[in-house]
Amino acid sequence: MKATGAQIITKLLERHGIAMIPGIPGGANLPLYDALRASSIRHILARHEQGGGFIAQGIARSTGRTAACLATSGPGATNLLTAIADAKLDSIPIVAITGQVPRAMIGTDAFQEIDTYGLTIPITKHNYLVRSAAELLEVIPDAFRIAASGRPGPVVVDVPKDVQNEIVEFDKWPDPCPVTTPPPPDRETLLAAARLVASARKPVILIGAGAVATEAGEMIIKLADKIEAPVASTLLGLGAIPSTHPRMLGMMGMHGAPCTNIIINEADLVIALGMRFDDRATGKADSFCPNAAIIHVDLDRSELGKIKQPVVALQADLQDFLRELLSLIDKQDRPGWRERVENLRSEFPLAMPDIDDPCQPYGCIVQTANLLDEAPIVVTDVGQHQMWVAQAFPFSFPRQFLTSGGLGTMGFGLPAAIGAALANPQKTVVCFSGDGSLQMNIQEMATAAELGVNVKVILMNNAHLGLVRQQQELFYGARFHASRFEHQPDFITIARGFGWNAYNLEDSLSPLDTLARALHEPGPVLVNVPIPQTVNVLPMVPPGAPNIQMIGGNYHVTQNA
Amino acid sequence: MSPRMHEPIAPNEEIIRDTHRPVLRLVVRNHPGVMSHVCGLFARRAFNVEAILCLPIEDGQRSVILLLVDEDERLDQMIRQLEKLEDVLEITREEDGHEAFEVMARYLAS
Repeated sequence: MKATGAQIITKLLERHGIAMIPGIPGGANLPLYDALRASSIRHILARHEQGGGFIAQGIARSTGRTAACLATSGPGATNLLTAIADAKLDSIPIVAITGQVPRAMIGTDAFQEIDTYGLTIPITKHNYLVRSAAELLEVIPDAFRIAASGRPGPVVVDVPKDVQNEIVEFDKWPDPCPVTTPPPPDRETLLAAARLVASARKPVILIGAGAVATEAGEMIIKLADKIEAPVASTLLGLGAIPSTHPRMLGMMGMHGAPCTNIIINEADLVIALGMRFDDRATGKADSFCPNAAIIHVDLDRSELGKIKQPVVALQADLQDFLRELLSLIDKQDRPGWRERVENLRSEFPLAMPDIDDPCQPYGCIVQTANLLDEAPIVVTDVGQHQMWVAQAFPFSFPRQFLTSGGLGTMGFGLPAAIGAALANPQKTVVCFSGDGSLQMNIQEMATAAELGVNVKVILMNNAHLGLVRQQQELFYGARFHASRFEHQPDFITIARGFGWNAYNLEDSLSPLDTLARALHEPGPVLVNVPIPQTVNVLPMVPPGAPNIQMIGGNYHVTQNA
Repeated sequence: MSPRMHEPIAPNEEIIRDTHRPVLRLVVRNHPGVMSHVCGLFARRAFNVEAILCLPIEDGQRSVILLLVDEDERLDQMIRQLEKLEDVLEITREEDGHEAFEVMARYLAS
């Protein structure tokens, strides 16, 4: 068998289930594009490589399957870096294939040469600079195995242009590498966990991205019911179990409901499942769940004991762990704790003012949810709107909520929504964005228009970098600087210019009807929602403070660390 | 022995012989870039590596790296991070690893 490096890449992408691939061509990856033309893979032409990377993320996050993307050398690769780093921090399986200058020119500062390998070492799970076409037969299957095995993450494969053109002979196509599975949970550790659960009086379950990735929601609910424990989630765990489930306390941490943070603070046992004690979730780590013994279960051993020292630590798949644990414990009634949790929930709920008004933050989110018969995929950008959505949207299934958690990348929303819509053509994709975030990848409106994807951008427009403004108000003596946009673009005209339909709730006599019409129109639609310019996301735990030190709302729960 | 091309230099014996400093022994795939992966993990966390030895082994497909590092409460975390690297095949704490660095020190001092 004979093939060029470029043909090997496209064939192996096909064999690894890649049906579409976002990217942008350029000098150093043209051989690959030439081969791609003859393949069954649908190419999605992004308008910026970062957009392409986030389109791939939208595909991966919404399906749970590895997605791929393409960029050329130099600026193509550097533009892609943010999307790769974002995938690393949120454990998203991506294979990024970049063009590189020919081997003989590497290290000469050739045109559009950059050390992609060196640049991507700290932001990938693994990376390759491919030195011969024959190597691709091993590297591409390995890249897919690594991206999806254990804790998922991004892999970069940098391929010099002459390697793409090099012809090799080989006997047969390599089979896709099987994804490696984690070892079964250790029996002794399981028994220790079961004993700890049985002796606890006030258990709380904390879930994170791992609960979504393993789709362990049903078993988490079983555990919660069996041991009478409430469940709180990190930002990325939302959707793993329905927001409306009676045991669900919603998001914890910096912008969590007061009751959620107080309940965790009172717990004597924390069962942490697929979460990594991120500072936005824990507040000051030393003061987090100060009275609790911790059982920490994660696929990644390096997370165990990284921030908080667990009493029981277990590297395991959540489904395996939960199945085993459930078989080891009896039904445990904790009426006192149940009552305490209920009391705290009614005493310190999340305040959600103005939920009937679509031109107010919570109203915009809740009414959007109400107006759609079928639960949409919900994507956000980063900022105040993101936190409001995390607090208020009624999530009902895993992978419903796509948001940039670890890296917190403004500009994530629109391209990720395009990817989610491409991978889920039967669904509506709602992208809540802000006027700051939307301007960070607004060029992808052209991509969306070209594809006609079913993306509804709800632009919560406050003419500010809202979360920056909020921090300046709260922690910098209201000395505002560079957080207000002096010039405000006309997003309606911009959207129409890109070929979108656009609606403005500002001049609508019936904003709710306008919102309904916009959400039910086919294809990409922008809805400009002018929200008050100085509303804060509350409550808020100051960065670095303990979680029970919350600012705002009708309550002031403060306590010195 | 052939004449040395370099002037003798004085290695810091105190650090090299400090048996409280752990020596890590890594078996890695031998290709360009492995050292960047390994050193990057330490550099990012401002975790000092005092001395490094790297030699190809067997048929040259693999290398062994000895790292003389500071005793630090984060060492377990570092080892776990190293274990996650695709090109790191084995990690052990080397009990008599200081000898290797003493040999290197003698070479530099002569």
